[in-house]
Amino acid sequence: MTIFGSDMPMPVPDIDDAPFWAAAAQRRLVFQRCTSCGAHRHPPAPVCPTCQSTGSDWSEAPARGELFSYTVTHVAPHAALRGHTPYVVALVRFPAFDDVRLVTNIVGSAPDHLKIGAAVELFWELVGTESYLPRFRIVGDETAE
Amino acid sequence: MGSSRAHGSPACIVGVGESDYAKWGAIVDQSELGMALAAVMAAVRDAGLKSSQLDGFASYSNDANLPAQMQLALGMPMLRHASMVWGGGGGGLLGAVAHAAAAVEGGYASCVAVFRAIAQGQQGRLGKGGKSGPTYNATAPFGLLIPAQQAALMMRRHFHEHGTTPDTLAEIAMVCRENAQSNPRALMRGRPLDQAAYFAARMISDPLRLFDCCLESDAAAAVIVTTADRARDLPVVPVEILAAAAGGGPRWGMGFLGGHNMPVASYSHGNAAELGTELFARAGAGPRDIDVAQFYDAFTPMVVQALGDYGFCTHDEVATFVASGALRRDGALPINTAGGSLSEAYVHGANLLVELVRQLRGNAVNQVAGARLGFIAGGPGVAPTSAAILARSAA
Repeated sequence: MTIFGSDMPMPVPDIDDAPFWAAAAQRRLVFQRCTSCGAHRHPPAPVCPTCQSTGSDWSEAPARGELFSYTVTHVAPHAALRGHTPYVVALVRFPAFDDVRLVTNIVGSAPDHLKIGAAVELFWELVGTESYLPRFRIVGDETAE
Repeated sequence: MGSSRAHGSPACIVGVGESDYAKWGAIVDQSELGMALAAVMAAVRDAGLKSSQLDGFASYSNDANLPAQMQLALGMPMLRHASMVWGGGGGGLLGAVAHAAAAVEGGYASCVAVFRAIAQGQQGRLGKGGKSGPTYNATAPFGLLIPAQQAALMMRRHFHEHGTTPDTLAEIAMVCRENAQSNPRALMRGRPLDQAAYFAARMISDPLRLFDCCLESDAAAAVIVTTADRARDLPVVPVEILAAAAGGGPRWGMGFLGGHNMPVASYSHGNAAELGTELFARAGAGPRDIDVAQFYDAFTPMVVQALGDYGFCTHDEVATFVASGALRRDGALPINTAGGSLSEAYVHGANLLVELVRQLRGNAVNQVAGARLGFIAGGPGVAPTSAAILARSAA
């Protein structure tokens, strides 16, 4: 059971972010890291904003991050979201990775249990037949349903 | 990019105009190009000019009405300036004014129309997804698809960091609605909004409720920019462009329209702090000198961001400042005095520019007594964002 409808927009990887999505297909959350200065960046981009180097590799993020901000969306801005509202769009921050933030969803928590700064844990949701999207749960909270 | 008085005659706004304003889809007998032309021709008439005296256009947000079409329709013998500010939404509003000012002050053109036309019924409504690339991939699959959600993420963080509350947003929505009640052009005239009605409206994307979101309109608006020297021959009170600028600070990237990796410390702000400091310095004025202001208000949080970034108060003071009634017509900083994008019409802020000029001429519908120095902010949270400081000419 996916949290959204089956015809949700899917990532269409391009030259810059293909490695991110290739790792996601293997259920690995990776962020782009500059091979010159070591700074992480997201979304993927061809040049390091810290040192302007073009070299990069991909490092696997920890399974836990921190809730940086969120919004509980009550409208369905896409047809695939009808019947799936309200849903939570969140920014998860990874302090050990230069504070990169990932746009994602929090699943399984009642809205009043969402708190900025809360510890959140990664899980992978199968969408379609072979794609995975990274989503998160509040650590120690299962208040929805 | 900005205006400067170092070289010759300073740039002024000498005409304002608009098309009919209507709810999106309601204008069915005039094309979007026709609306753009109607606004420009109204502004030309207002200035006491003929359209053949125009020789330039400046716009923003990828306006679809091309200078080539406009020149042809208006019978302009020469086109000398045609410029577009990158970026969607209202971020580039005052960037277009800066382009026009630079063009006339630099002698590249003599009389430039700054315009924006939006026929949402004809061109499709705003706020619908449909792009590609890493930014789209990083947001759309997670259901982050519309600007209301993007603004909501920033506002939630602003609540957390700076103590703003839903009451702050309610007051901004109510101020704009109240100002619309005496404006015959305002689409929300006759529909007053009190706090109970604000909070009773449906939630769009928490903490943004329905009335935190702007109207969707068919509308066009324009102003005419020329030099003070040329303005002396015209039958209008010129409004001087003291400073206009478009840009943004470090590491902002696509801002709230992108992957939301702006700097942590300023994530909930509007990417206008650095720009604002330069702008006020160039104008030789400070936020406390401003008599009347227009803040781009596609969403109420944008007013919060601009208040803090441009230094009308600190971000920590926004809640108290707004709650004090400062933004009302009799307050310390009257804003969006014709109703703004929230309650007059949504033209990516071009109507806010028209209103500020009227205020400084002294003939606005909700005239702020003695208004001499005015401020206007384009859409924050993006790059370029933009702002301008305008002054009623002393003469």
